[in-house]
Amino acid sequence: MPEKFDCIVVGAGPAGTACAYELAKAGVNVLLLERGEYPGAKNVMGGVLYRKMMEDIIPEFYKEAPLERPIVEQRFMMMDKESAVTFSYKGLEWGREPYNNFTVLRAKFDQWFAEKAVEQGALLVCETVAVECIVENGRVVGVRTDRPDGDIYADVVVLADGVNSLLAKQLGFHREWRPDEVALATMEILKLDKNVIEDRFNLEANQGCTIEIFGDATKGILGTGFLYTNKDTLSIGVGTLLSGLIKHKIKPYELLEYVKNHPMIRPYIQGSEPVEYLAHLIPEGGYHSIPKVAGNGVLVVGDAAQLVNAIHREGSNMAMTSGRLAAETIIMAKEQKDFSESMLDQYRMKLMESFIGQDLKKYKDATHHFESFPQYFEQYIPMLNRATSQMFTVDGASKWEKQKKIWRDLGSTKQKFKLARDMMKAWKVMK
Amino acid sequence: MLHIVACIKQVPDTKIIKMNPKTNTMDRASAPAILNPYDAHAVEEAVRLKKKYGGIVSVLTMGPPPAVKAIKKCIELGADEGYMISDRAFAGADTLATSYALTKALEKIAKHRPIDLIICGKMTIDGDTGQVGPGIARRLNIPPLTGVNKVVEVNKEKGYAIVHRKLEDGYEVVKSQLPCLFTVEKDINDISFAPLPNMIKAARYQPTIWTADDLEDVDRKQLGLKGSPTIVSKVWAPPKPEGGKILTGTKEEQVNELLSIILEKKELFS
Ligand SMILES: Cc1cc2nc3c(=O)[nH]c(=O)nc-3n(C[C@H](O)[C@H](O)[C@H](O)COP(=O)(O)OP(=O)(O)OC[C@H]3O[C@@H](n4cnc5c(N)ncnc54)[C@H](O)[C@@H]3O)c2cc1C
Ligand SMILES: Cc1cc2nc3c(=O)[nH]c(=O)nc-3n(C[C@H](O)[C@H](O)[C@H](O)COP(=O)(O)OP(=O)(O)OC[C@H]3O[C@@H](n4cnc5c(N)ncnc54)[C@H](O)[C@@H]3O)c2cc1C
Repeated sequence: MPEKFDCIVVGAGPAGTACAYELAKAGVNVLLLERGEYPGAKNVMGGVLYRKMMEDIIPEFYKEAPLERPIVEQRFMMMDKESAVTFSYKGLEWGREPYNNFTVLRAKFDQWFAEKAVEQGALLVCETVAVECIVENGRVVGVRTDRPDGDIYADVVVLADGVNSLLAKQLGFHREWRPDEVALATMEILKLDKNVIEDRFNLEANQGCTIEIFGDATKGILGTGFLYTNKDTLSIGVGTLLSGLIKHKIKPYELLEYVKNHPMIRPYIQGSEPVEYLAHLIPEGGYHSIPKVAGNGVLVVGDAAQLVNAIHREGSNMAMTSGRLAAETIIMAKEQKDFSESMLDQYRMKLMESFIGQDLKKYKDATHHFESFPQYFEQYIPMLNRATSQMFTVDGASKWEKQKKIWRDLGSTKQKFKLARDMMKAWKVMK
Repeated sequence: MLHIVACIKQVPDTKIIKMNPKTNTMDRASAPAILNPYDAHAVEEAVRLKKKYGGIVSVLTMGPPPAVKAIKKCIELGADEGYMISDRAFAGADTLATSYALTKALEKIAKHRPIDLIICGKMTIDGDTGQVGPGIARRLNIPPLTGVNKVVEVNKEKGYAIVHRKLEDGYEVVKSQLPCLFTVEKDINDISFAPLPNMIKAARYQPTIWTADDLEDVDRKQLGLKGSPTIVSKVWAPPKPEGGKILTGTKEEQVNELLSIILEKKELFS
C-alpha cells in the first residue's frame, strides 16, 4: 500500500519550498518532490531576491543564508547604439539591516532554503520527476512519479513545478502558453576578481549594484538586459518575449553576445571568464494569463501560475508569497477536513488581495501594450539619447537653439501628436 | 538469512575537482561529495544478493558528519541499515588506520548480527589505493577476493561463495569459505533506478553513529593520524604526454595510414 501524506509539493523552487516550509512548521506531513539532483541544480534567475517576502517566512534569514551582495544601487540604462541615458538610485540605507534586496545564486540559495524546510520537518526527495497527477472521481489524490512503485498519495497536491507546469496543463488548468506570454532569458555567470568588481561598479565590500538595460540591449525588441554583481562573479543576461524573437528571427544567445560586446557594457565585463551558461523561460503574460489556481485537491503556485511582474523583474518574491498563501489555505482546509475546490479557492482570494494580485492588476495591459507598439523601444529610446546628447554637448550653439533642434528631431506635427499620445498611453498602462 | 555489510566512502567528485596548482593537492571544496562509484556497485550487488537469497544489507562508513548523505544514498539503493563511525580521533587515517577502525566497527556490528559477507569497492576515486578491503580481510582473518565481477553463488548453509575474479586475460572462478570479503569491479552490475519507497525511506533515515569511545577494545594509538605510518613526501602531477597523432576516418583508412607511417620509419625494419 503506497504511503499517504497530508500534502505533496511538486518542485523545490522558491514557491514550493516556501509552501513546504510553512506546512511543515504547522505540523503538516509534507513531501517535497524535486526532479533536480538537488534543489536549485538547474534553476535560473538573474538573481535579485527580495528581503521582505523571504523574511515573512524566515525572519533575519540574511544572517545565515548564502547571499551574494546586498544591493545599494539600482541603475536603469536607456541604451542606444553608442550612448546611454542612465537613471540611478544609490542609498546606503539599503546596505544596512534590514536591507532591501540581495543578489543570489540560485544553485546555492535553493539548496539552503530547502534544507531549512527539511529542518522544519518536510521530507525532501530529489532526482524524482512527477509525471502526472493521479485523479480519482474528479479530484487530485496524489502524483505519479517516474520511479518504480512511483505512485504517492495525499489529501492535497501543490503544483510548484515552474513556468511550463506540465502537471497543471494536463489537468486542463491552462493551455500551452502563447509566445507573447513567455519570455526567453539567457544568461551567463562571469568570473571576475572581487576587487575589480568593486572598483568597476563603485562599491565597497559587501555592497552590490544592479543595472537594468532597455533599448539596444534587445535590439529594440521588447525585453530587457541585466547586469548584476555577485561576490566574485557577474550575472549578465537578456530576456525578450518569445514572440519578439520569432518575429525578428533572432537567436537568444546571439542577443546575449550582442549585449556582452556592446560598447556601453563591454568595459564592465572585460577580462571576466564565463563559468556558466543558462537559459530559462519567464512567464510574462501577467494578470490576464493567470490560470485556474485551485481545483479539487490541488493548488498552483509561483511561475506555474504565471505570477511574475515583468516590469519590476519580480518573480521569486511572488513565488514565495504564493507558496505561503497556499500553505495557509491548506492548514485551514486540514482543520476543516475539506479539500474541495470551493474550500481551496480561498487561496485565489488571498492571492488577489495580496500585493501579487494588486501589482499584476496594475500592469495588466503593460506588456501587451509595449508589445503591440514597438516604437517605444525602437524609436523613443534612441530619441531620448539624441536629445540628451544635444543638450549636453557644448558646441557654441545656444541652449534655445538646442531645444529647437531637439523639438525638430521629434518629427512632424503629426508625429509629435503621436508621441504625446503614446506617452499618455504608456502612463495609463503603467499608473 | 544472509547478513551482508558493504563498506562505503564519501569522496569528492574527482571528475570535476580542481587541483591546487601550488601544492598539487585536491581542493575538496571545489567538487560536490558523492558516494564512491565503486561502492555504489558494492551496495547494488549486496542488495541483489539479498533479493536472491533473503537477508539484510548493512552499510558502514568512516567519515565526517556530512557522510550521512552517502549512507542515505545507499538506503535509496536498497540497503536496510547504515552505520557510521565519526570522530576527530579517526581523522588523517591512511589505509592501515582506516582498515583498523573499520574492522573494530565491523566487530561491533557482528556482535549484534553475525556477518556472512563483506563487500568493498575495488578502490576509491580519491585515495585510489585499493588497500582498505584486503586490509580489513587480513585483520578479520577471512579470505579477500579482489577484482570480483560476478557472483555465481552464495550458499550460507554450506558456507561457501563462488565468484569470478577479473584477470588481465579473462577471469578465474574461485570458491571460498564464508565469511569472506569481496572487492568489486564496476562491471559487476548496473545500478538500478531506485523505487520511490526507498527514496522516501532514505529521506527519513538516520544512521547509527559511533565515536571512538563506542568501539570496543580499541587501541587508540592505531587510530587516525597517530596510527598512520604513511608519509607523503611529495605530490606531483604527471607531465602531460606530448606529440603523438590521432588517426581518424574509417577502420580501413586508419590501418592504411598507420601502415604507411610504420613503413616510412625504415629503422623499424633495418
Ligand atoms: C534569467 C532570469 C532572471 C530572473 N531574474 C529574477 C530576479 O532578478 N528576481 C526575481 O525575483 N525573479 C527573477 N526571475 C524569475 C524567477 O526566477 C521565478 O519567478 C522564480 O524562480 C519562480 O519560482 P518557482 O518556485 O515558481 O519556479 P522555479 O524556480 O522554476 O522552480 C520550479 C522547480 O520545480 C522543479 N520541477 C519542475 N517540474 C517538476 C516535476 N515534474 N517534478 C519534480 N520537480 C519539478 C524544478 O526542477 C524546479 O526546481 C528571473 C527568471 C529568469 C529566467
Ligand atoms: C599518497 C596518499 C596521500 C594521502 N594523503 C592524505 C591526506 O593528507 N589526508 C587525508 O585525509 N587522506 C589522505 N589520503 C587518503 C587516505 O589515506 C585514504 O583515503 C584512506 O585511507 C582510504 O584509502 P583509499 O581511499 O585509498 O581507499 P581504497 O583502499 O582505495 O578503498 C577500497 C574500498 O575500501 C572501502 N573504504 C575505503 N575507505 C573507507 C572508509 N573511510 N569507510 C568505509 N569504507 C571505506 C570502500 O569499499 C572502498 O571502495 C592519502 C592517500 C594517499 C595514497
